[in-house]
Amino acid sequence: MNKNGFGKKLVTAPYTLWMVIFVVVPIALVIYYAFTDADGGFTFENMTYIFEYGKTFLVSIELALISTAICLVMAYPVAYGISRFEARRQQTMIMLVMLPMWMNFLIRTYAWMTILEGNGLINRALRYFGSDGFGMINTEGAVVLGMVYNFLPYMILPIYTVLTKIDVSTIEAAKDLGAGRRNVFRRVLLPMSVPGIISGITMVFVPAVSTFVISKLLGGGKTFLIGDIIENYFLGNTGMINYNIGASLSLVLMVLILISMTVMNHFDKDAGEGEGVLVG
Amino acid sequence: MKKRALSAVLSILVLLPVIAMSGCGGNSVVLNVYNWGEYIASGVTDQFEKETGIKVNYTTYDSNESLYSKISSGAASYDVIIPSDYMISRMIEEGMLAELDFGNIPNYDMIGDKYKSLEYDPENKYSVPYTWGNTVIIYNSAKVDAADVAEQSINLLWNEKYSGQILMFDNPRDAFGLALKKLGFSMNSTNQAEWEAAAEELKRQKPLVQAYVMDQIFDKMSSGEALIAPYYAGDVLAMQENNPDIKCYIPKEGANMFVDAMCVLKTSTKKAEAEKFINFMCSTEIALKTAEELGYATPQTEAKALLDPSITSVSFIYPPDEVLANTEVFFKLPAEINKLQSDLWTEIKKD
Repeated sequence: MNKNGFGKKLVTAPYTLWMVIFVVVPIALVIYYAFTDADGGFTFENMTYIFEYGKTFLVSIELALISTAICLVMAYPVAYGISRFEARRQQTMIMLVMLPMWMNFLIRTYAWMTILEGNGLINRALRYFGSDGFGMINTEGAVVLGMVYNFLPYMILPIYTVLTKIDVSTIEAAKDLGAGRRNVFRRVLLPMSVPGIISGITMVFVPAVSTFVISKLLGGGKTFLIGDIIENYFLGNTGMINYNIGASLSLVLMVLILISMTVMNHFDKDAGEGEGVLVG
Repeated sequence: MKKRALSAVLSILVLLPVIAMSGCGGNSVVLNVYNWGEYIASGVTDQFEKETGIKVNYTTYDSNESLYSKISSGAASYDVIIPSDYMISRMIEEGMLAELDFGNIPNYDMIGDKYKSLEYDPENKYSVPYTWGNTVIIYNSAKVDAADVAEQSINLLWNEKYSGQILMFDNPRDAFGLALKKLGFSMNSTNQAEWEAAAEELKRQKPLVQAYVMDQIFDKMSSGEALIAPYYAGDVLAMQENNPDIKCYIPKEGANMFVDAMCVLKTSTKKAEAEKFINFMCSTEIALKTAEELGYATPQTEAKALLDPSITSVSFIYPPDEVLANTEVFFKLPAEINKLQSDLWTEIKKD
């Protein structure tokens, strides 16, 4: 056992080092900047900016929640459908889900810009058929669409993973005991897939609430999210660089995400399944 | 377990030489050049590498502000950078630029006197002009009524008739510059009330604006997605190539004139090579190529003389002196005005 213990340490050492350098140190830096002023003195003043950007926080959370909900509704049937295929076809299907991710995220978002524009693909097609077309680009709707498109695979994959693990005989047993389709779903499938749903929600909500590229490209710089504000403070796009305020806003965002994840994990425990959860 | 530990150690051992080697790429010097996107003629860096044996590591940025933040954070080390006037004066003041040894830059003599001793570098110690130009109002002449542009005014950007078809600068300095000029104030105003009035103008404009963008202006104007936009004169030629309906004018209220100049960072350890690069860029051959390909005006007199008259006669690229007299170069703003600008811009964008 002792030998094993040493081996374990040796194997995990690079990961521990990695985590310390790329997770612990950056978070410590964020916390340091959040509570200091330009001269390095301790202060709470940076935190007051949360109130100034309260509305922006709310808009970001709202759009991220909407995107997450849409992703969930779209992803569950897809994940279920895929999980019912024979193993080899499942692989192909999952490949297809992942395929767009082989392309750069920015390029995919740019592509949506040309699709949605007033003279874009959809509108030109619509006009060809005599319709007036629609104006979705540069609205919050376009931002949500961009989020759903970009993050949908992160919802499908964990749900799919959990669903494939459910033994078919469990469903058969439920049916044998007289459960209709609806009851099978509501009382067997759904509770058993909660861990996948929870990790899916986290993996979509977290990047959605902190994005700044999607809002810039598809929102036309008019839908201003908290990610945009943080970016501005770090890059000085507005002519002012302030790591301290940027860090304090990031910290608040991080705490909000942590709180929501804790709440979600709590739901997860209620469901009594702790398998395959990515949260943590 | 043991096997895995062994394989981990082995893989580290295998990787080590790779990591160690990536640090030194042969003997040749590598010069880090940091420039605006789409702002160098094709093949120029290759030619420099061939002629001098100095390797060029070329990277780009999209605004003076992001250039500044990259450098001030110390996250990256560059040798040659090409900021605009007001950013150069800020960087000089903050001691970020090295004094150039003009003995290494003999081609500097060919830079026109008009572009020397400007406010941002009054003693010509730190910078060598690369290109210059001015902002213009661009419009799609097929869709915008001739009567609306007859006035040649900034007000076109506030014309409600074109609501949703107007693009605006996504950087505060240029956006406020236009709003201040619209109200008849200086772009370098140090009067708080004038800045607040300009912010009101920009807020009033926001409902009419289709999007706040920078480089995307190319696509959106060429495709007819938007009809009116302010931008830098040199880029209009590229848009016209894709869409002959694109026209522009220098607004009668005045516009910003800018000079982008090459500088060497104080932290550079390859100053002599950097100066060699600057000298190369100022040579008549390269300056001519740059002026032809980029469309921006060249400060290099010999290159300008060799340029095709069809380029030098374009009035918005090489404006007549009386129009130039009506333009303003950005100065470095005092700290409190800079903060005000930042706050006001965020306020405009977030509401």
